[in-house]
Amino acid sequence: MITVEGLTRKYGSFTAVDDVSFVCQPGRVTGFLGPNGAGKTTTMRVMVGLTPPTAGRVTIGGHLYNDIPNPGRHVGVLLDASAQHAGRTGREILELGARTMGLPAERIDEMLELVSLTPAEAKRRLRNYSLGMKQRLGIAHALLGDPSVLILDEPANGLDPAGIRWMRGLLKGYAERGGTVLLSSHLLNEVELIADEMILIGHGRIVAQGDKKSLLAGAHGTASTFVTALDNEALATALRTRGLTVASAGDGLRVEAEPVEIGRTAAENAIVLTDLRAAEGALEDLFLELTSETQREVLA
Amino acid sequence: MTAATLDLSGTPATPFHRLVRVELRKSYDTRAGFWLLAVIGLLVLAAEVIVLAVVTTQDEAIAFGDFIGTAAFLTSFLLPVLGIMVLTSEWSQRTAMVTFALEPRRPLVIGAKALVGVLLTLATVAVSIVIGLVCNLLYGLIEGHVDWTFGWSDFAAFLITQVLAMLGGFALAALFLNTPAAIVVFFVYKWVLPGLFALGAALMGWFEALRPWIDFQSAQEVIWNMSGTGTEWAQLVVSGIIWLGLPLGFGTWRVLRAEVK
Amino acid sequence: MTTIPASGLGHSLDLSSTTPTPFGRLVRVELRKTRDTLAGFWLLLSTAILTALVMVIQLAVGITQDDVSLSYNSFLTSTSFSIAVLLPIIGIMLLTSEWSQRTAMVTFSLEPRRPNVIAAKLVVGLLLAVAAVVIALGLATVCNALYGVLSDDPTVWNASVAHTAAFVLLQVVGMLTGFAFAALLLNTPAAIVIYMVYSFVLPGLFELGAQLMDWFDSIRPWIDFNSAQSPLVDATMTGKDWSYFVVSGFIWLAVPLAVGLWRVLRAEVK
Repeated sequence: MITVEGLTRKYGSFTAVDDVSFVCQPGRVTGFLGPNGAGKTTTMRVMVGLTPPTAGRVTIGGHLYNDIPNPGRHVGVLLDASAQHAGRTGREILELGARTMGLPAERIDEMLELVSLTPAEAKRRLRNYSLGMKQRLGIAHALLGDPSVLILDEPANGLDPAGIRWMRGLLKGYAERGGTVLLSSHLLNEVELIADEMILIGHGRIVAQGDKKSLLAGAHGTASTFVTALDNEALATALRTRGLTVASAGDGLRVEAEPVEIGRTAAENAIVLTDLRAAEGALEDLFLELTSETQREVLA
Repeated sequence: MTAATLDLSGTPATPFHRLVRVELRKSYDTRAGFWLLAVIGLLVLAAEVIVLAVVTTQDEAIAFGDFIGTAAFLTSFLLPVLGIMVLTSEWSQRTAMVTFALEPRRPLVIGAKALVGVLLTLATVAVSIVIGLVCNLLYGLIEGHVDWTFGWSDFAAFLITQVLAMLGGFALAALFLNTPAAIVVFFVYKWVLPGLFALGAALMGWFEALRPWIDFQSAQEVIWNMSGTGTEWAQLVVSGIIWLGLPLGFGTWRVLRAEVK
Repeated sequence: MTTIPASGLGHSLDLSSTTPTPFGRLVRVELRKTRDTLAGFWLLLSTAILTALVMVIQLAVGITQDDVSLSYNSFLTSTSFSIAVLLPIIGIMLLTSEWSQRTAMVTFSLEPRRPNVIAAKLVVGLLLAVAAVVIALGLATVCNALYGVLSDDPTVWNASVAHTAAFVLLQVVGMLTGFAFAALLLNTPAAIVIYMVYSFVLPGLFELGAQLMDWFDSIRPWIDFNSAQSPLVDATMTGKDWSYFVVSGFIWLAVPLAVGLWRVLRAEVK
């Protein structure tokens, strides 16, 4: 469990992180979401003792990071996959980590296999790695010590779609076994797919937190639905007579209502639907709204 | 506008002076670059002030040329470091990728960097002369007599030797494309090699005969007295080819062919 | 559905079975880091090659020139052109490469007790200095034996415990000076330039100052660490020499090392 309490970090007059508090529960993947420069990385750096906080503190499983003996065995950290010596081979980088943590050499092969780096790739020097390969290596490094807490900064950055799917499976499985995962991203779609819990940060402050459902419910009283029918005009008329707001969107209609209500209307009027789903992008709207420059004091 | 081929008629090639201006800016827009330039200026100033303080308290005689000589001593090892960093920082910071993407004609980029090195050398020479001038004036005010011995030939020699020093660093940088290696080799060349040359010449007759042709540093003496014989000038050219021409040529060839990572 | 969390997973970390990273392991890892990159490997190898090369040239000159006579110690002294120049560079790169390659982030997240990491690096530096000494002693022995066979001069084995100890101290101090400048500046080019200026330019300036000013002449031995080391070369240190060595060493070694360490321990690692 990661507990952040009243964390503030200032650089001169610039406040990178402003009184941030949150908790990452074991057994859940917590997504740390915010635009570039929102304070995600600084918060994570304070977590692992690389940046001293101006005020507040972070504990991992009840301990300050710097008080954890052999921390690699408890907390897996990936802050910047490129921050490795360009002249070392991938395997050598894991070798150094394993030796520092006192792990057997077999662990290196296990991890290389886990992140799908072939022996030939592992022999190449880091300067010849693609960003996606560096990320895989970084994740392997973080998992090396079989930690119970994972702190990953932008781990999906540079991964191909198959890689993102792989990572989602990996982290979900890890959390299901009781592990605590905190991962940051500036891409909503990534976090939405992987995280159980989301923490939205903008300008160094937390603007919203909770699971996807409660975030959406808190943001808008009414849901929004996207619907396409064989006869869109007939459906629009029927919906309007029920007092619903309807707008045309692409091939179909956007309606301010739950999908169930539209389905009912269609059934009553014998209109054939070809597509019915909750409108995508609601969370994205929320994200942009919460973290925009002219951000208002919304939500707790 | 959609066309199968790019219309290049309206795009002139990047002019060389624009490259030079950009490269000049790169030399001072980072903290490291700025401080390197600032340290060169401050060290020259500090050294001249110390010299002034020493000669006035000890009642020694000093000429304008001596102040310039002090500056030349300092800049003779600081300017090569500048010449090295102008080139190697593109590799250590991996900015070469961006630079060569914007101007694929690599010889022009290298040329622009070399020219920036020369321009910064000229600026350093100018600053040194102004500082020397002020110090000599102060010396005159304090001591009541002043010696302005410093001829045009001295000035030219100062200028040429400093440019050669800077280019020496630049050539090593092109050869190694690695900051620490280039700096270490430069200091060994500058401070260790003369001793070894002198030792070898003292011990072996054949080496003593060969030495003037391969010792670039002592060959540069001829620039200062300007009245050298043809042989001495030839020795300057030959040793210059060995220590400047060859590394610069080989290094440039390497930069032009290298895969930029 | 009830899930039983695996042992060690839960709200608080159970640290009872985790021992702190032993210092010996850190030293071994740091030692490995000095040679597992091409740059590091070549730096170590070229130090050894240069040492051999200088001695072989010296041997060749000694054999061909009749008016030159060499001894075991003169072969050893030739390392001032090889080991003495490159060992401090190794000391510098030990520390600064973690910053220039940004690996300090990983290093300090696996071992947050930064003093231990720095101390491990320092021990590695000392080990490398000792290794360099061993190589130099071996090469000097071989060269002197060859000299005895190939030249008309008699072989002089003027090795002594005092000489060897002084030689070790000299190399260790060289390495430490580089390390101290590196800790102070945490930047490879700056540390190398400052070290080179300190070892090649400064002695001349001290000499000049001493000639011009009497007061400077009298304080110079106390602040000139380079000249304080010169009696070590032929192992003729007197009590006064030792006090010069300690005081100037304090200025040039202890002070930068202390300020540098203080900086490393407090620095935000980027």
